[in-house]
Amino acid sequence: MNFRKYLVLAGVTVFAVAGDSMLSHGMKQVGSISIHHLQSVFSAVANPWVAIGILFLLGFFATYTNALSWADLTYVMPATALGYVLLALVARFVLHEHISPLRWIGIALITAGVGFVAGGPPLTEHPLGEAAKLTEKNAEKNHAAAVASGVES
Amino acid sequence: MRHIYTWSAIFAIVFASVVGDVLLSHAMKQVGDVGDLRRRAGLATVIGRTLGNPNFFFAVASMAAAFFSLLFALSWGDVSLVAPAAASLTFIANAVAAKIFLHERVDRRRWIAAGLVAAGVALLAG
Repeated sequence: MNFRKYLVLAGVTVFAVAGDSMLSHGMKQVGSISIHHLQSVFSAVANPWVAIGILFLLGFFATYTNALSWADLTYVMPATALGYVLLALVARFVLHEHISPLRWIGIALITAGVGFVAGGPPLTEHPLGEAAKLTEKNAEKNHAAAVASGVES
Repeated sequence: MRHIYTWSAIFAIVFASVVGDVLLSHAMKQVGDVGDLRRRAGLATVIGRTLGNPNFFFAVASMAAAFFSLLFALSWGDVSLVAPAAASLTFIANAVAAKIFLHERVDRRRWIAAGLVAAGVALLAG
């Protein structure tokens, strides 16, 4: 784990929470979708909050994809949950909303959970398994690609 | 009836997200560390190899399904029910799916973490 990787995980957290908040705000303005007009969900995209929310969720997707290329799914997942903690802290200290004791317990649980995972190795090592072969194959492919594009590795 | 719609949408979100996450994780392990790959072979190679991976394509389709299920769920149910229910169920289901399909070593540390995070999300957004 280096600084760049922590930055990518921070991006996962921030983009997810910003995108979700805007989406939820936008869908409140759009209102309830009738079961008989399910296709009207597509017109929800015209709402500016939904549209900006989608842009942020694309940012989330880019950072999430990046993170999954070097870390286990069960390692990256908790990072997305840290966004809820961020959201609650913004609500408390920026918007001065009241946070109930139950929510503080929730914040503590998520933080503890993230701490648990972050303390372990990010990627499962399969000594003789599929992943090791995959890594080897990738190294070869990467080398071939590097040679092809003339980049010295 | 509304209740049934909301919970059906929530289960659709959880199912589609788990399928999407597992496929995306698998696709990106096949691509390899994109940071290393970019340094060695350039950004075009990274993008080309990612978009050319069939698992990546199915992952995106699955996540799009999860996204639209979320829009339905949010329009039928309260965000304070939909968001935590979908998120915490997805955490647990993802840990199980990662162990079964991705052969990740989900040790006690990660089980405890998945449980704590799922409980925390339920409390926080509930």
